[in-house]
Amino acid sequence: MGETTVLAVEPKQSELMKKIKDLLPEGGNLNMCLACGACSSGCPATGMEGMDPRKFVRLALLGQEEVLRSTPWVWMCTMCRRCIHACPMGVDIPQLVYLCRQTWAREDRPKGILGSCEQALNTPGNSAMGASSEDFKFVVEDVLEEVREGQPGQENLVAPIDKQGAYYFLNQNSREPVTEPDEMVPLWKILSLVGADWTYGTKGWAAENYCMFLADDDAWETVVRNKAKAVEDLGCKVWLNTE
Amino acid sequence: MYARWIREGKLPVNSDWNKDLGVTFTVQDPCQLVRKSLGNPVAEDLRFVVRSVVGDDNFIDMWPNKSNNYCCGGGGGFLQSGYSDERRAYGRIKLDQILHTKADYCIAPCHNCHSQIHDLSEHSGANFPVVHLWTLICLSLGILGENEREYLGDDLKEVGL
Repeated sequence: MGETTVLAVEPKQSELMKKIKDLLPEGGNLNMCLACGACSSGCPATGMEGMDPRKFVRLALLGQEEVLRSTPWVWMCTMCRRCIHACPMGVDIPQLVYLCRQTWAREDRPKGILGSCEQALNTPGNSAMGASSEDFKFVVEDVLEEVREGQPGQENLVAPIDKQGAYYFLNQNSREPVTEPDEMVPLWKILSLVGADWTYGTKGWAAENYCMFLADDDAWETVVRNKAKAVEDLGCKVWLNTE
Repeated sequence: MYARWIREGKLPVNSDWNKDLGVTFTVQDPCQLVRKSLGNPVAEDLRFVVRSVVGDDNFIDMWPNKSNNYCCGGGGGFLQSGYSDERRAYGRIKLDQILHTKADYCIAPCHNCHSQIHDLSEHSGANFPVVHLWTLICLSLGILGENEREYLGDDLKEVGL
């Protein structure tokens, strides 16, 4: 009674934490964590790999860098930002997860994500499925012709490609041209109906960007810049991402 | 965009096609569109579009919703990460949210969400159809072609043909 308790735990100051705090605005507010658990109670990834958002932050604050670096949980968090939405102190857990993804050696990151990023880097259209621009163009024109010939009232439907000066540059998830091309048609019809001036492009046409999920900043930027350049080269005003 | 075009009268959708059918729909709020970028206003627009197309009485919102909705589990690269069991376990909350509405269909206006929820539906055996908005907009306008119905259930395969 009456005695003071001295907390003898000295948190390890890890390089990773230093880097993270420098990178995040306000240090990601990591030090502000109240350990209330609002994050974990509303996170679908809670419990996987014995991890949850609160535990992840506590481990970070305690400098347990090895655990943060090695847990595959960082690939099971979707960085959906529901935790920070619920957090009374605005602790940026999703960004912490992103930075921990970056500590993985590139070749150790999930093969599917890595492969999708590589495909995007290797195709002028940035297609994560590796679809070539020639194939994309062929499929679009083929499907369009079929609709114009086969569907009464759609004789004048258009699906322009590389139309200089169009207002909208519409991108397209690779899945449609590659596996279910007819799914592209409803949006073309909607755009025609409202009189939108739009175009696809043979460069940077793919909507997806797995380099972002891979947490490879340079590759992510390369892909985004290529896509932005495609929009600018055609003189389009709006880069339209689809559903 | 759809909401603006409907308000401007450029996209004359209506829900007459569903008046007698009474097919019910719920809608997923994509994290990327709602919580991470445009917030509740775009979630309201999304509901305006859905209600316009399927009818007020045929829309059943899931709970929680809008900015507070749960992620489906398809984002962040999860679909390509190889952790399929974990991805489906993550999606269990989403699946339960949808099943709780008892809606016939789930609308997923995002590619990732569509792939993930479609997989959750099939893998769990619940087998509710998962559709894009563009499908329903064209269905409502009477311009949805026969080959553009991949994700519709049998009940709507013939509607408006």
